Amino acid sequence: MFRIVERQRVNPEVNRFVIEASIIAQKREPGQFVVFRLHEKGERIPITIADADAQAGTITVYVQELGKTTFEMGRMNAGDEIADVIGPLGNPTPIEKLDGEVFAIAGGVGSAEVLPIARKHKEAGNKVIAILGYRSKDIVILEEEFRSFADEVYVTTDDGSYGREGFVTTELADHLEKGRPIAEIIAVGPAIMMKAVCDLTRHYNIKTMVSLNSIMIDATGMCGVCRVEVGGETRYACVHGPEFDGHKVNFDLLLKRLASFKEEEKISLERYQAAVGDEHTPWGAQDA
Amino acid sequence: MPDTKIPRQAMPKQRPKERIRNFNEVALGFSAELAQKEAERCIQCKKPFCIEGCPVEIDIPVFIELVAEGDFESALAKIRETNLLPGVCGRVCPQEEQCEIVCVLSKRFEPVAIGRLERFVADWEIREGKMDVPSVAPSTGHKVAVVGSGPGGLTVAADLARLGHKVTLFEALHKPGGVLVYGIPEFRLPKAIVARECEILEKIGVELKLDFVVGRTATVDELFEMGYEACFLGLGAGLPWFMNIPGENLVGVYSANEYLTRINLMKAYLFPEYDTPIRVGERVIVIGGGNVAMDAVRSSLRLGAKEAHIIYRRSRKEMPARDEEIENAEDEGVIFNFLLNPVRYIGNEAGRVKQVELLKMELGEPDASGRRRPVPIEGSEYKMDVDTVVVAIGNGANPLVPSSTPGLETNKWGYIVADAETGKTTKKGVWAGGDIVTGAATVILAMGAGRKAARSMHEYLTTGEW
Ligand SMILES: Cc1cc2nc3c(=O)[nH]c(=O)nc-3n(C[C@H](O)[C@H](O)[C@H](O)COP(=O)(O)OP(=O)(O)OC[C@H]3O[C@@H](n4cnc5c(N)ncnc54)[C@H](O)[C@@H]3O)c2cc1C
Ligand SMILES: Cc1cc2nc3c(=O)[nH]c(=O)nc-3n(C[C@H](O)[C@H](O)[C@H](O)COP(=O)(O)OP(=O)(O)OC[C@H]3O[C@@H](n4cnc5c(N)ncnc54)[C@H](O)[C@@H]3O)c2cc1C
Ligand code: SF4
Repeated sequence: MFRIVERQRVNPEVNRFVIEASIIAQKREPGQFVVFRLHEKGERIPITIADADAQAGTITVYVQELGKTTFEMGRMNAGDEIADVIGPLGNPTPIEKLDGEVFAIAGGVGSAEVLPIARKHKEAGNKVIAILGYRSKDIVILEEEFRSFADEVYVTTDDGSYGREGFVTTELADHLEKGRPIAEIIAVGPAIMMKAVCDLTRHYNIKTMVSLNSIMIDATGMCGVCRVEVGGETRYACVHGPEFDGHKVNFDLLLKRLASFKEEEKISLERYQAAVGDEHTPWGAQDA
Repeated sequence: MPDTKIPRQAMPKQRPKERIRNFNEVALGFSAELAQKEAERCIQCKKPFCIEGCPVEIDIPVFIELVAEGDFESALAKIRETNLLPGVCGRVCPQEEQCEIVCVLSKRFEPVAIGRLERFVADWEIREGKMDVPSVAPSTGHKVAVVGSGPGGLTVAADLARLGHKVTLFEALHKPGGVLVYGIPEFRLPKAIVARECEILEKIGVELKLDFVVGRTATVDELFEMGYEACFLGLGAGLPWFMNIPGENLVGVYSANEYLTRINLMKAYLFPEYDTPIRVGERVIVIGGGNVAMDAVRSSLRLGAKEAHIIYRRSRKEMPARDEEIENAEDEGVIFNFLLNPVRYIGNEAGRVKQVELLKMELGEPDASGRRRPVPIEGSEYKMDVDTVVVAIGNGANPLVPSSTPGLETNKWGYIVADAETGKTTKKGVWAGGDIVTGAATVILAMGAGRKAARSMHEYLTTGEW
């Protein structure tokens, strides 16, 4: 059992959790994730480790309520226990001093996934520019954290309620046009957003890494559900990734595979909501 | 007195029509009466071949005689001397190719149902509400890490714990048992049986560390830094193979591992009571002819598929699955298609598989495996509508541990190189056994490898000699 030490609602759809998981806290590196199983009847879901405190033996995660499991997790509180926390999984992001700027691009809860990577790039001596995109003002998260270390931070909202109106690509396009010395881009967010970023940067031939959020079960290479096509080859996001060269990723396939269990997921969520008597409907930020 | 006129006793089973609507065990097991009657058939050979046929050399005639006498407790104790998982082996061992094939009776009659008797005594103990916890030697103070809780790892852990060593069993998944819990379905091997064997292990002092992925949570070298003096790798062959044909990544094309893990470990057959979903649709095809394929195809029927097909590229004769499971599948209405191979899958706009293109085969000359090689018949392609495809053509070695363990040699297929007699790998203090060394094999062979490794590890721990 893994105890939740802290739970905080950071916006209407995202909760921040601090969870006791001492070995993982000591071992984890930016880019890695854990798999949760909330209880005996739960499913296994992957969530990125946003931060960790090795001394306290805790990890911090940001979880967006999308369906049954994340919705249920959002109703757990400090003191509650999670049956299983497995990790750290996936390959750490390779980070070194680069010749040029690093653009960290995040969409929604992807900010939590990009944060530890961007921070480590800064620590490695790189100039870090963050572009954070959200649907609207009330779901902006982690802006302050990025501002505390990044060299430049740009915020966009789809509806223009905060920062610049538009998508992360609206902002990125300007920087690309200006011909900034970009060494590398790391983009994490909904698959559709990562695809848009890659479509844009492809013309500029700028290395663009993405972190793929495919469906996973064991996340150790055993089941193969997370398979994605990269450069025409089948790769497993859990053991070969989760980061890949975005210009080689078959996003259309990823999007389709993410929708594999759409109907079942709907049944599951509605059934749960009816049981807990909660009217909350998730925001529809789902990939497909 | 042995009586060869008694026919081999049939195992009562759930009726096919009923059993395809539930996940309860198909074979119901012998009653005490049936077991004793079957045991009486054993002629107590002076030179019992059956013992040699069993990879862990259970003293079969003696245990059978005890069953015939009705002393089930002693019969179980006899089996436990060499096999700690009788409830598992009695159910899933390919007895027809191991202990039973060499039974003298099979020359003129049918062999003694050794596996069924083994299962009976294991189940008897459960029914009696007993649990025979083996005695343990005084502590030696040595610490051992066992990675992977499949039959190989469980055997090593038990043997070393009984010798007084402090054993920690590391398992990546949230439940111990390996393939026994995530692969083999409930209707063939109830999970409660596996859970019970693991409970006995804990009772003799083995520490179970679940949710611990060696190679990620800690590497093998880090385990040594943590104070473990020896390490056994029983990782299994848990990396699904695909055929690399067009359309294999379409939605609705599952690896057998994914399909069976959803069903067994995650209980998707109880969705939405359990959170993990599965979708089967009306027509399921399973590619392959082994036990894994049989388990997947029979699960499909239980999940409501109207038609469940096996697509196998050779003929029935070459199918590697156990006869009993092929027969069970036939009785349940599985449709067998031989001498066929898929060449591509075709999807709809949503990226979901809707058709498979199949190519007819004929049998040519025998290949390296001694089986006649399937040869494609040119121009014989045709299409079939499908809702779900399960690819059950085998598993390879997962690279997580080898790639994070310097000094650990693997062969060209990624399996760990280990001495057949001792299980020693190329890295000092590290042993390996089971499917990760041999490639996909059987439960009892993994246990046999575990036993040999435990012996060698004990020697190393007590003498310090590698
Ligand atoms: C490596 C990785 C890191 C991730 N990090 C985060 C994170 O830091 N914060 C966060 O909020 N989300 C993260 N996700 C996504 C998160 O796993 C899914 O949102 C979650 O599984 C949805 O579960 P659900 O039952 O609530 O929703 P469901 O209703 O089951 O599904 C909603 C959508 O989530 C996706 N999904 C469903 N099941 C899974 C699964 N088992 N694995 C992955 N995706 C699934 C599908 O696209 C589905 O349409 C990450 C995913 C991956 C692969
Ligand atoms: C569907 C199916 C049906 C089968 N039917 C039969 C049958 O009827 N009869 C028969 O005799 N055999 C059968 N087999 C084969 C048999 O199950 C295997 O040969 C046997 O289980 C191999 O045992 P093992 O100890 O090598 O490992 P496995 O049972 O494969 O277990 C390995 C364990 O190690 C864990 N692990 C792997 N990597 C790590 C890591 N890095 N860190 C921590 N833990 C890790 C895995 O999670 C797993 O639990 C079947 C196999 C399958 C898949
Ligand atoms: S363990 Fe397997 S081979 Fe040995 S006696 Fe039992 S069924 Fe036969």
